[in-house]
Amino acid sequence: MKKSGAEILIECLKREGVKHVFGYPGGVVLNIFDVLYDEKDVQLILTRHEQAAIHAADGYARASGKAGVAIVTSGPGATNTVTGIATASMDSIPLVVFSGQVPTLLIGNDAFQEADIVGITRPCTKHNFLVKDVKDLAQTVREAFHIATTGRPGPVLIDLPKDVTAGSAEFVWPEEVKIRGYNPTYHGNKYMITQAAQMIAHAKKPVIMAGGGVVLSGAAKELRDLAEHAKIPVTMTLMGLGGFPGSSKLSLGMLGMHGTYYANTAVQNSDLLIGIGVRFDDRVTGRTEAFAPHAKIIQIDIDPTSIRKNVRADLPIVGDVKNVLKDLQKALKELKEQQWGAVRNAWLKQIELWKEERPLSYSFDKNVIKPEFVVEKIYEVTKGEAIICTEVGQNQMWAAQFYKYDHPRRWLSSGGLGTMGYGFPAAIGAQFACPDKVVFDIAGDGSIQMNIQELATAVINKLPVKVAILNNGYLGMVRQWQELFFKERYSHTHLDTGNPDFVKVAEAYGAVGLRATKPEEVEPVIRESLKIKNKPVFLDFVVDWKEKVYPMVPAGASIDEMIFEEKEEKKEKKLKAVK
Amino acid sequence: MRHTISVLVENKFGVLSRVSGLFSGRGYNIESLSVGETIDPATSVMTIVTTGEDLVVEQITKQLNKLIDVIKVVDFMEIDHVEREMVLVKVSPRKDDRTEVLQLAEIFRGRIVDSGPTTYTIEITGDEGKINAFIELIKPFGIKEFVRTGKVAIGREGLKKAK
Ligand SMILES: Cc1ncc(C[n+]2csc(CCOP(=O)(O)OP(=O)(O)O)c2C)c(N)n1
Ligand SMILES: [Mg+2]
Repeated sequence: MKKSGAEILIECLKREGVKHVFGYPGGVVLNIFDVLYDEKDVQLILTRHEQAAIHAADGYARASGKAGVAIVTSGPGATNTVTGIATASMDSIPLVVFSGQVPTLLIGNDAFQEADIVGITRPCTKHNFLVKDVKDLAQTVREAFHIATTGRPGPVLIDLPKDVTAGSAEFVWPEEVKIRGYNPTYHGNKYMITQAAQMIAHAKKPVIMAGGGVVLSGAAKELRDLAEHAKIPVTMTLMGLGGFPGSSKLSLGMLGMHGTYYANTAVQNSDLLIGIGVRFDDRVTGRTEAFAPHAKIIQIDIDPTSIRKNVRADLPIVGDVKNVLKDLQKALKELKEQQWGAVRNAWLKQIELWKEERPLSYSFDKNVIKPEFVVEKIYEVTKGEAIICTEVGQNQMWAAQFYKYDHPRRWLSSGGLGTMGYGFPAAIGAQFACPDKVVFDIAGDGSIQMNIQELATAVINKLPVKVAILNNGYLGMVRQWQELFFKERYSHTHLDTGNPDFVKVAEAYGAVGLRATKPEEVEPVIRESLKIKNKPVFLDFVVDWKEKVYPMVPAGASIDEMIFEEKEEKKEKKLKAVK
Repeated sequence: MRHTISVLVENKFGVLSRVSGLFSGRGYNIESLSVGETIDPATSVMTIVTTGEDLVVEQITKQLNKLIDVIKVVDFMEIDHVEREMVLVKVSPRKDDRTEVLQLAEIFRGRIVDSGPTTYTIEITGDEGKINAFIELIKPFGIKEFVRTGKVAIGREGLKKAK
């Protein structure tokens, strides 16, 4: 029996186990939307912007571990996805994006709503396809899901000309996929692993640096086993949060530009740094020549290009993090000498001292709401069990610092691209993936306005997503840089007078809007929002606009050249020195 | 350092742009690039000559390998190999220089593939050293047009150069 291209496509989605697709219709995808009209097993969720459809699919993927799927039309529909795809690409998130395309015969003619989306997304997808013949469709979809979800995951785009979805063919589901140019290395080299075990056993001051790869490979348990067995403190990159329990004694929290004093200090003093699923982004390393100057570096990653890209690696191990950690743990247990415990105690004690010396902190004020206080309260009230999405800016950093993530896939933030407007649609996607979880978007007043139209999507779908707007009336993070490095010349970062009344905006969409202007209102407002189970809630926290994110490593400085909130004069001096 | 890298790719639409886009997007140099089908029409070989520090070239080969349509990457730096390039030179020597030009072509085992009333078109094949030497010698006679194919390379059997 022959099926239409559109039917084949939906059949493929079912075989891939897809339940939710985010999308937006248009001329050349009408055939697909028509099939979806009667479809029971695959639900299309209409967003209000294609960018949001991709972020929602991305949030769905990060929260569930499955590929996120989106369908959009050609031309503007397709180009609107680019920011979303680039966001997923930078953070290695598995997505399969279907874009409509003008009929094959018109491609290249500047037809109505034609865009060369395969060309445009080539550098920001893991791979992309243009299907030219309906007979190739099932095979292509199968390959796309395979590529997106295996190895180092990433977004894959399939461009579907209208005649391909309108055409018909026998449906043949390829049981197996084999792509000769695509063979990720899943198991680490045995010899390297025993070497790594030796290095760990002999290290006096080791630190583990865990990244997004730990979360993506599902290796949180293996990491914990290793860290606890070998008594190694763990710091996480922004993407690695939740890959190791933030409330563990061994946790150093986040490192890097806004990392903790003790994480950055430990890395700079370590004699062995074990990078696991990290790519040593510049926001983490600061000035690379001064990064971890006394350490030998072991780097474990599934992607060989991540190794030695930014930072030296004394011992590289290419493989899936989960497998490598399992093997490493075995190798460690086979070692004869197991007395490293005694050696480590001194190091762990030193770290405790650093933690006491400068914990993450802020000055509470009883008259004005400190944004950190809001995050802390959300942590307390949700008992650390919520899924936290973020926008970008100060809100993102405070959400990273003051909420402790004990489980993977509860922290959804645009790390690599730093996309404002990511958090809210991602929260919608996450809520679809995890209907029983409390989902918060910790937002800025600037970022939330980049996809605020998604209130409609959340209301229509009765999603109890909570958006905590840390409303400082500014593009706060940019303002912070202007204050510190541009003589307080706040060029085009003031939003306040143009900001809408967020409570009213929420209400206009049929959502709930709450506001807190004093510290004592913060907790009640959060509790109130948790009572609302079938509607999105905007929580407008009017916070201290002067608050800055600390510690901070100025751009181009080494990560132990941190500046802190207190001691104003000293800070100024340090800044000058760095400049 | 200059490296000659051979890339076996799927002969699919867009592959060339994936590879060239990789180089431009990441700021790698391409000195020359030549592409042709292999015996199996489903695959092509691209021979790319690039320059860069060791770490950069290491990244280049890894990034190439990461492309789904790339089947195999060989950096000939580590391998004993034969390199060839072909140039076509159209020269218009003065009348009394014509014999000398012909002799020069012969010395370099070139072939005259076309001749006009005042021109010869010479085909020369060889490695870089030979081609450059020929160009230097032929220049004074007046080059009208000049094209080169870019290098192709193939490994030698049996011998492996130590790294
Ligand atoms: C799409 C996009 N445009 C610009 C930026 C640059 N940028 C980074 S943070 C920031 C300010 C964000 O303001 P807001 O959402 O209010 O967050 P706050 O820092 O005040 O918490 C800007 C403009 C960005 N990251 N993303
Ligand atoms: Mg703001």
